[in-house]
Amino acid sequence: MFNYYFRLALRSLRRNVVLTVLMVAVIGAGIGASMTVLTIYRAMDGDPIPQKSDRLFVPQIDNWGPDMEERPANSDGLPEQLSYTDASALIAAHTGRQTAMYSTVSALTPPNPQLLPFTVHVRATYADFFAMFQVPFKYGGPWNTTDDHSHSAVAVITRELNDKVFGGVNSVGRTLRLGGDDYRVSGVLDDWKPTPRFFDLADNRFGKTEDVLLPFTRAIDKQMTVWGNDFCNGDVGTGWAGYLRSNCVWIQFWVELPNASEVASYRAFLNSYAAEQRRNGRFHWAPRTQLRNERQWLSYEQVVPPPVHVMAIVSFSFLFVCLVNAMGLMLAKMLGRAADIGVRRALGATRRAILAQCLIEAGVIGIAGGLVGLLLTGLGLIGVRSLFTQQFIDLAHLDLSDLGICMLLAVVSAIIAGLYPTWRATQMQPALQLKAQ
Amino acid sequence: MIAVQMAVTVAILCNCLFISQQRLVRSHSPSGTDEPNIFVIANQWVVEPGDLPSRVTEDLVALRSLTEVVDAYATNSYPLSNSGTNDGISLQPNQKHSTTTAALYYGDEHALHTLGLTLVAGRNFNADEIIDQGENGQPQPAGVIVTRTLADKLYPRGNALGRTLFMTSESATTRIVGIVERLQIPWVGGGPSFDAILDNSVLVPYRPIWQSSYYVVRARSGQLPATMKAAQKQLTDISRERVIEKVQPLLDARIEAHRNNRGFAVFLSVVCAVLLVVTAFGIVGLTSYWVAQRRRQIGIRRALGATRSGIVRYFQTENLLIAAAAAATGAALANALNLLMVGSFEMARLPIGYTVAGAVAVLLLGQLATLWPALRAASIPPAIAARGA
Repeated sequence: MFNYYFRLALRSLRRNVVLTVLMVAVIGAGIGASMTVLTIYRAMDGDPIPQKSDRLFVPQIDNWGPDMEERPANSDGLPEQLSYTDASALIAAHTGRQTAMYSTVSALTPPNPQLLPFTVHVRATYADFFAMFQVPFKYGGPWNTTDDHSHSAVAVITRELNDKVFGGVNSVGRTLRLGGDDYRVSGVLDDWKPTPRFFDLADNRFGKTEDVLLPFTRAIDKQMTVWGNDFCNGDVGTGWAGYLRSNCVWIQFWVELPNASEVASYRAFLNSYAAEQRRNGRFHWAPRTQLRNERQWLSYEQVVPPPVHVMAIVSFSFLFVCLVNAMGLMLAKMLGRAADIGVRRALGATRRAILAQCLIEAGVIGIAGGLVGLLLTGLGLIGVRSLFTQQFIDLAHLDLSDLGICMLLAVVSAIIAGLYPTWRATQMQPALQLKAQ
Repeated sequence: MIAVQMAVTVAILCNCLFISQQRLVRSHSPSGTDEPNIFVIANQWVVEPGDLPSRVTEDLVALRSLTEVVDAYATNSYPLSNSGTNDGISLQPNQKHSTTTAALYYGDEHALHTLGLTLVAGRNFNADEIIDQGENGQPQPAGVIVTRTLADKLYPRGNALGRTLFMTSESATTRIVGIVERLQIPWVGGGPSFDAILDNSVLVPYRPIWQSSYYVVRARSGQLPATMKAAQKQLTDISRERVIEKVQPLLDARIEAHRNNRGFAVFLSVVCAVLLVVTAFGIVGLTSYWVAQRRRQIGIRRALGATRSGIVRYFQTENLLIAAAAAATGAALANALNLLMVGSFEMARLPIGYTVAGAVAVLLLGQLATLWPALRAASIPPAIAARGA
């Protein structure tokens, strides 16, 4: 029966080509616009590490107190990073997997003396970073906890940097000259570009990983200045020592807590730490702490920028108008074939049969509209890539799931648009139609 | 169905027109500097030299000695860079909530001339006022230069010169020694929190003695490319133990900084344009359909004496009534949508002018779109009435 309706649908669509083309075009346009935005939205809103979302946590501590009125613009006004004092204390107190880190820059002097030194972005972090975030390695591996403790001059580099400096060979054990000092390469990363950069959303949310990763303790020793987001309140003091003692928050902190009881005890630990700070006079306010897992953190940080939300609203409203348009066209088509439907009903077709046939016709239009929409989405994404900044460029690519959603959206919306015309078609009285010949 | 389409179109059109216009205006907003002739060099020492202050002096003297260079200075950030430092500015020490926020630009006595800023009150910095500022430490200058906008915000009665303000270090008193016409903050990319302070800038008499900093250079008119090359060569001749990560003209920085603003405006405009086309076609289509349905009635009316223009006017009026209702609903919808976006997505309130403009535009579109089917209707011969269906 489905086959029969399908063929009927095709025949009916072919009979009035202009109308069919208009319907497909209008649905295609609506799908094209909304899928362009939806592709980008889904890329931004995605969870890049879903398999560990509920085991990775970000602790937050209010180290400013209620008197400080300058705060980050989030829902609870808590600092999103930690100060050096707090980060060090947390690292010392906990035994599980954890990392404190920040972003900095340095100059790399290539081994080839003909080449000039160039700037590299550096992430100062702990060894646990790699295991926690399941970072893939091409050669070698991360440094170990001993290196963290001994502030070793060891580094992990990205595949791109390895290609640029060492010609892509296995450079484990080789020396990297960074900021005038020698670092031993312990590993080379494979391609790794979590979207968004969940571990550091302060700056460059959709960019790539830093070129070089080295121990946090080493970076502090070498007084590598913060090159990211730094939020200070009140007096900062002078020099590097003063900066480390200040209440400036510039360190991203992540801890891995494998089960619920560990989460509960860590939460308790955070509160008792803040309470202790109050007791020893560093804080003058009631302890305020928070612990969020990765998924909650992404939602708290509101990764999708407001303009993208606005574009989504606009493009889906446009889709709505296109569907109303399509509904009108379908209605015109159905009512134009009133006689045809009347005859079929007179010959014994049930209302349900007419319903099925009309909806299948709508579905076919949906499929065709979806294909046109897919093409337009491709064009739309090309447009986006040429109009917006680099971070959008990497997000504006169609993957298989986007393709699937596009077709599904097209078929579903075409069927929804067809509901009212279909209903009208089924309500037709055969007798009236036959009489009106 | 026509009404629904028109209502939604009005809602979208009003908001899109407003947002696009806002973003385009933002992307054309002047930084207050001589943009066509200024470029920025990002300088990074490979290893921090022990004598960093004299290295910075050496670099600046060398840059200023080039014939193509008008002036140059070292700084922490520059307009259109989307990065820098900001600080709360207060009128009283230890004020709980700062009066406002401003961008802090470090500069020496050459900064004003390099940027091409116009002094409207007071004076430039003196060479002996400039302090060498290490990497981590806080601005506690005795005197600063502020923009006119900031001066008016702090002292609305217009007597800001010589008055005090307080920055991060809430105890140090800072005096306004000069006021410039305009200097934009570095963050032009968006967000209403930055829009509110777009022209709030403070020039701090500091020379950054940092491993990484910027040199801002002003070239002689029309000699920008040659000057950029000469400046870079000059610096590398002095020492190769540095990285010059980029040499960027301010005009390029402008394009990059406003790229997303422009892109957003273009996207909204394109979708709106297609929306109008789709709605127009929808009106044409549905009205033509009604005309076809009512052929007999139209024929009868013509036979009874209705003129062609009467028929046209009939359809136009019918559309006008629908459109008016749709426009009113659409206007309400536009404002509701705007309120949602203000609350959740950091957009600005829709001014009434845009609501009216959008409603009128769609109304006119409706009338125009109805014209063709109406004319077709008018050409239906009265003989149809006699012929039967």
